[in-house]
Amino acid sequence: MDNLSVDHLTGIDNLTTNDIELIFKTADSFKEVINRPIKKVPSLRDITIANLFFENSTRTRLSFELAEKRLSADVVNFSAASSSVKKGETLIDTVNNILSMKVDMVVMRHPNPGAAKFLSERVDAKIVNAGDGTHEHPTQALLDAYSIRERLGKVSGKKVVIVGDILHSRVALSNIYCLQKLGAEVMVCGPTTLIPKYISELGVHVEHNLVAALDWCDVANMLRIQLERQEMKYFPSLREYSMQYGLTKDILDGLSKEIVVMHPGPINRGVEITSEVADSSQSIILNQVENGVAIRMAVIYLLASKIKRQ
Amino acid sequence: METQVILNSKHFELTINRLCYQLIETHNDFSNTVLIGLQPRGVNVLERIKSRLEIILGREVICGKLDITFYRDDFRRRETPIIPSATNIDFVIEGKQVVLMDDVLFTGRTIRSGLDALLAYGRPENVELLSLVDRRFKRDLPIRANYVGKTVDTLLSERVSVEWKEIEGEDKIVLFTPENNG
Repeated sequence: MDNLSVDHLTGIDNLTTNDIELIFKTADSFKEVINRPIKKVPSLRDITIANLFFENSTRTRLSFELAEKRLSADVVNFSAASSSVKKGETLIDTVNNILSMKVDMVVMRHPNPGAAKFLSERVDAKIVNAGDGTHEHPTQALLDAYSIRERLGKVSGKKVVIVGDILHSRVALSNIYCLQKLGAEVMVCGPTTLIPKYISELGVHVEHNLVAALDWCDVANMLRIQLERQEMKYFPSLREYSMQYGLTKDILDGLSKEIVVMHPGPINRGVEITSEVADSSQSIILNQVENGVAIRMAVIYLLASKIKRQ
Repeated sequence: METQVILNSKHFELTINRLCYQLIETHNDFSNTVLIGLQPRGVNVLERIKSRLEIILGREVICGKLDITFYRDDFRRRETPIIPSATNIDFVIEGKQVVLMDDVLFTGRTIRSGLDALLAYGRPENVELLSLVDRRFKRDLPIRANYVGKTVDTLLSERVSVEWKEIEGEDKIVLFTPENNG
């Protein structure tokens, strides 16, 4: 297991369990690096990486950029808002233009599911999917599972519930794949309208009662309601959603055991999770952010080792 | 493959002892000196020297382990990436006298990476190098060890391996020579 089985990270679906463990092992070393006085290693000094964000992002983009810079790669950033995409250029043309400037790797977020895979089959650069529509967000799932492993010692055998907008969430799908590959049991919880109809075919439990779900689990991953992706009303009001699916300190304290609380961010405080819970000792939200840089360094480092030298 | 023991366990112990006294000559009581072993095999040298030194000095010597994987100059020149080992340096290097340790000094490239990796922890007062084996005749970089266990003259096709009681069952240094070696 000395090398990744894939040439691009388009999703968790096509990774093997060995790949995930190799990424975690490499991330352990990078976590040590980013806690040094000088948080930078020279490994990728002859690699150029383009971050193409066709959709808004703060955390993921910052995290990728920090990861790239701490590996000493050269970084160019691109966001759709200020680009020729607005002038009608196709995705392939945009990317090929950027690759003509000798870019070795592309980190891309795109609103269309499958965009990363599409690109990986057509251009000569390593592709890292930073979120493709409602499909996958592999680095988020990796850092989530890595954070669970760090907090609980292992992922295998643990019970994880993903609460909220499963229908529009790429984090949920990638998390389901990743956790199952590592031997965890997964449950999804949310209003009927936000749970995809056939999701139980993925081998996950479905629950509509938040307290019942929390009683079952070791870890609760609270997702944000993605209002920007909802083209119709899936529930009467945010207030009603919050009353039924919002995680409060009272609910946490009422459980028979202490569970770990996660959130991929950005948090809508007072909607899916209260401030008290987000800032409590059971929450590992900020650990997730720190681990995100280490995981992304590991993914980029391992993929870069596959770039052929000219 | 022809094998030849170039340092047996008795001389191995004598060599470790001599290196310890050479270190003491320069560093006295080690109050401002730290020892750092390069992962993976330099750590064996470090541990042996550390335990012997502490018996002689009667005090603890500060030690760390350094992994150089991300500083190597052969990234993307190998088929598979090297899996890194742990780095464990829980003290400040700034202003310290550092002795880097490795088992075999050959091309000098590992030491070059080690120096780079070391500087990520601060600016030491000076850095010395201790190597159990010094293979002359194939140095790619201007690097020399301050403390040498044994100097050997080898052909490029030959291989030198340091074996440890804790791992291989016996302390010794072995020279492997391929057959039909012209």
